[in-house]
Amino acid sequence: MSDLHAAVRKRFGVAESDFALDVAFDAAAGFTILFGPSGAGKTTLLDCVAGLAQPDAGRVAVGGRALFDSSQRANVPVAQRRVGYVFQDLALFPHMSVEQNVLYGLKPLPDGERKKRVLAILRSFRVDHLAYRRAREISGGERQRVALARTLVTDPAVLLLDEPLAALDAPTKAKIIDDLRAWNEAHRIPILYVTHSREEVFALGEGVIVLDAGRIVAQGTPHEVMTAPRQETVAQLAGFENIFDATVEAVHPERGTMICRIVSDPLPSHGAGSPVMIETPLVRAGVGSKLRVGIRAGDVLLATSPPQGLSARNLIPGHITSLEQHDVIVTARVNCGDAIGSVEMEVHLTLAARDSLQLAPGKEVWLVIKTHSCHLMQI
Amino acid sequence: MSIDWQTFALTLELAFTVSLILLLLGLPIAYWIAFSRWRWKFLVEAVVALPIVLPPTVLGFYVLVALGPRSPLGRWWISLTGHTLAFTFTGLVIGSILYSLPFAVQPFAASFSTVDRKLIAASATLGASPLRTFFRVIAPLSIPGLVTGVALAFAHTMGEFGVVLMVGGNIPGVTRTVSIDIYDRVQASDYAGANQTALVLLILCFVLLAVVYGLNRKAWSFRPLQ
Repeated sequence: MSDLHAAVRKRFGVAESDFALDVAFDAAAGFTILFGPSGAGKTTLLDCVAGLAQPDAGRVAVGGRALFDSSQRANVPVAQRRVGYVFQDLALFPHMSVEQNVLYGLKPLPDGERKKRVLAILRSFRVDHLAYRRAREISGGERQRVALARTLVTDPAVLLLDEPLAALDAPTKAKIIDDLRAWNEAHRIPILYVTHSREEVFALGEGVIVLDAGRIVAQGTPHEVMTAPRQETVAQLAGFENIFDATVEAVHPERGTMICRIVSDPLPSHGAGSPVMIETPLVRAGVGSKLRVGIRAGDVLLATSPPQGLSARNLIPGHITSLEQHDVIVTARVNCGDAIGSVEMEVHLTLAARDSLQLAPGKEVWLVIKTHSCHLMQI
Repeated sequence: MSIDWQTFALTLELAFTVSLILLLLGLPIAYWIAFSRWRWKFLVEAVVALPIVLPPTVLGFYVLVALGPRSPLGRWWISLTGHTLAFTFTGLVIGSILYSLPFAVQPFAASFSTVDRKLIAASATLGASPLRTFFRVIAPLSIPGLVTGVALAFAHTMGEFGVVLMVGGNIPGVTRTVSIDIYDRVQASDYAGANQTALVLLILCFVLLAVVYGLNRKAWSFRPLQ
């Protein structure tokens, strides 16, 4: 049993923003992904596990060994925690060679043995040919590998990785992920892995924890967490201009879709009269359940006459209420409201599109939205 | 030639002794100033910086009083050695250390505080004690600041006058430094001798500093204290 247990509360009294991290979870051996927008508290959580930040209250333990326990006033110094930490900016020692960097954390051993271990880990991350180069002279991907090797050679009991691959191109990233997976197979310790990337979540994740504003908002396997209707706050930060409350009207598991009715604002209406229905991807939700739908303004097409022969499943009539130009992007607001209230949709267009379609407030238009451009979230 | 080489030997000995002690004493003080989170830290910083603004005679006067037979320190030294600290080479070293302290500590602390905190954190997570982190990471990355501090302390001690006059007096071979010698010659209207001595001191200081900064080229910049 070498599971990581972390229950951490930490408050930051920074001016007006009263941010508090308040999480509790257990992580078994293998990858646990921490996913969430920046400012969600992911790095602070890692700092608390490593001992670089001190929680106000809580307990951090690895396999029953308490690293921090506010009830017992226990706080093991960083250097004695055996928590490996690869920082976002790597923090390689710039005045040392690659070999010296990796030797740095290695326990005293006979000299030959130390060199052998360093060479072995450098070889397993395919950077052994760089051993005598200065850390500042090697490329980004190589630095990432050296930083991983430097931490892993110390044989940590827990491994913390703070977006270690964020700055890399996709092929380099995929290769390092393979190497990390191989290492994980051989060692089996809890690994907390912070990322913004969905690909990395699916490539590595055995478990995912979604953090937002200092709290855990979802937890499970990558499939459960990433395909389930998500918390709105997560999606909002991923840039949805259009967010509507909706009710599930019909479910079509055989097609992998469902039909949702958008709940209109009970305001004086100028709408066409029929409720706005849209086809969305299927999620785990029954008929009548309430969801929220997010649609990016850039994912919506606009037509001035009813288009035909389209693959897109959603065609919604409406009329333009306003046009605003921001730099080279035109934001059109389109009211697709029904008899009861208004449903206003934001659409992004180019200047050329506005001019060639001769768009102006009041003009009748049709909105075209693909099923998979509709993102569903829990309320 | 009427140059008194003994005063040069004494001045160099004093400057070497003082800069060596300031290197050893300044490192922990600068480390504490750079990394402590104590809320009253600024008071200590102010005390360390005092010799920059105080007239050397004021500093020298208090050092003289502190070393004299009526102070606890002076009495303790007399009970230990049988003679007073004032007007001895040791007394001169103590006065000069206080006088040059900020010139060593401030560049040290400034360069410590520019070391990336992430490197210090990384060192700790790799199992290194604070002492090991200091000698393997912080100090090697601060070498330009350390060289600057030692060079400034050395040069400042070479040229001091007021403190030496107050604490050391003018005993040939014991406390008579070059600057005192020059002052005496001017008082005695020996302008030729004063000129020669001053010129030698000028050239000596220039050569020493040029060598130090030449070896440490990138360090020729005073970094602002944070």
